[in-house]
Amino acid sequence: MRLLKALIVAMLSLGFCTVSFAAKEMKVGFVYVSPIGDAGYSYAHDVGRQAVEAMDGVTTSYVESVPEGPDSERVILNMARKGYDVIFATSFGYMDPMLKVAKQFPKVAFLHCSGFKMADNMSNYFGRIYQARYLSGIVAGSMTKSNVLGYAAAFPIPEVIRGINAFTLGAQSVNPDVTVRVVWTKTWYDPATEKEAAKSLLDVGADVIAQHQDSPGPQEAAQEKGVYSIGYNSDMSAFAPKSHMTAPVWNWGPYYTKVVEQVRNGTWKAESAWPGLKEGIVDLAPFGAMVPQNVQDKVNKEKADIIGGKKIFTGPIKDQKGVVKIAGGVAATDKELLGMTWFVKGVVGTTE
Amino acid sequence: MEIITIIIPLLAAAVQSGTPILYATLGEIITEKSGVLNLGVEGAMIIGALAGFIVSRYTGSPVLGFFAAGIAGSFATSIHGVVCLWFQGNQVVSGLALTILGAGLANYLGTSYVGLSAPGFSPVAVPLLSSIPVLGPIFFNHDILVYISYCIPPVMCLFFTSTRFGLGLRAAGEYPAAATAAGLNVLAYRWFGILVGGFLMGLGGAYLSLAYTHLWTTNLTGGRGWIAVALVIFAFWRPGRAVLGAYLFGSVMALQLRLQALGTQLPSSILLMLPYVLTVFVLVMSSWRKKTNEEPAALGVNVEPAD
Repeated sequence: MRLLKALIVAMLSLGFCTVSFAAKEMKVGFVYVSPIGDAGYSYAHDVGRQAVEAMDGVTTSYVESVPEGPDSERVILNMARKGYDVIFATSFGYMDPMLKVAKQFPKVAFLHCSGFKMADNMSNYFGRIYQARYLSGIVAGSMTKSNVLGYAAAFPIPEVIRGINAFTLGAQSVNPDVTVRVVWTKTWYDPATEKEAAKSLLDVGADVIAQHQDSPGPQEAAQEKGVYSIGYNSDMSAFAPKSHMTAPVWNWGPYYTKVVEQVRNGTWKAESAWPGLKEGIVDLAPFGAMVPQNVQDKVNKEKADIIGGKKIFTGPIKDQKGVVKIAGGVAATDKELLGMTWFVKGVVGTTE
Repeated sequence: MEIITIIIPLLAAAVQSGTPILYATLGEIITEKSGVLNLGVEGAMIIGALAGFIVSRYTGSPVLGFFAAGIAGSFATSIHGVVCLWFQGNQVVSGLALTILGAGLANYLGTSYVGLSAPGFSPVAVPLLSSIPVLGPIFFNHDILVYISYCIPPVMCLFFTSTRFGLGLRAAGEYPAAATAAGLNVLAYRWFGILVGGFLMGLGGAYLSLAYTHLWTTNLTGGRGWIAVALVIFAFWRPGRAVLGAYLFGSVMALQLRLQALGTQLPSSILLMLPYVLTVFVLVMSSWRKKTNEEPAALGVNVEPAD
């Protein structure tokens, strides 16, 4: 059924192309792993796409719910054949399929989100969402009374582990006694399981819930229990207005419009981009009314410091067993951050 | 930490995660009792979940959504009825097709509802009963759909053992030729089994989108329909044992997340395997005890329409 939908969309976009070709417009394609929906990861990318769509002389189209693997190669190949100028593929599993297609179409600009492979005409990019998670950790650490924070985590991969560590360091920076309990759901979008994970964290005494999955399930659990929560991806306050304090959010618009502009001018070069708070790619959602002004001020000051060049992962940082992993005064390199597979001290849970 | 403060929320969560499976298992029991094997539980559940969500979202009434889910579930399984009862199609193949069709249809129609929320059911403590120590918080501090699910197994038991219609339905599943000779319309009983079963499966799906969460997403049922199919065998086609089985599964699902929250050092991948390990274990155990097996003798056997 997904395939059928992909075909219909591809066919529609074919009809679209023939029209737009005459106008010599730039064509930009997006490939999403999940339905766009109303909140969440693909939604955030699609808000970025809308910013591109709003540019003069550019048309965009997207295919949603494309499974990672062979199906994605067909979708990307189809876009390249149809004469798209720029193609964004926004999930990790699209990396190798995109690389294969990129080699066949050297004149098309390919951009792959969250991977690590590159080609002359293929960039990889991601955002330093961990910076925003650090800030959200400050909020959580300031607001907790039980000093137990709950974290509903997706998959034990470096991206998620890095986020949990940043969140924990942020919370510890204002409240050294805080511990972060982690429950893995091994899901990206399963509201029932993710809500249950949050409930299990609430049962062991957590009074702030943070999450890495895309569904607002954990937010619902926090609201029902009457405790606070931290969202993810986009402002999730609509789902839990009484609980939602803030959320690390994506803001892809500036990056996407920049890339498309560069391709149009012929100045685009494949790169490995990892923009963050400074570039405005990641940010915090607006604070809920429950977050006191002094906490907001603290977060804003810290945000200014990070934009000014402060590195979050600066030693001494110990792992769960107390072994120093990042030496005092040394900042972790990007390579170390990208390969992070250990929890900092204060996290309760395993990385397996 | 007191062990009781862990156990009670765990068991309460077990009841909640077991409820959607319970609805679906009861639905499959009544279908199989009439002699029809329906492997399309997952498909009927997900269509019910979507229908319930959409109706609740547009009418603002979760109760209407809940009923719409049941009707949508019946509608989904009626396809199975048409194939197996009218056209004598293979029940296994038709059921599998219903699962695939249901998932595909729900994903297709539901894409634009992903990430939205709809009005749903919230927990309501039962007066008096909820203040019973231990049992109160476990069983009587849930949403109304859980309480409804408590009522269905006893009603089903009575139906199967003490009503003329229920006995006729069982006859249609045990020995359709004899039932026909006795003047019973076997096909009518089987239609009843399929449609009422589908209604309950749809309700099970709606539990996920209206009570467990108030959200819709593709693949919301996440394999719970298949667990229900396995549980029917575990339950020996008895509604009472279905309750036991559903809560057993619910507790394993709830337990693996709680073990993690408690800070166990077991790898999460092992813990996440538990419900599926239990499924295999349950099937092995039930076939081992084959003597007490109460499988309807004519299960999966088609009946020629009498004309």
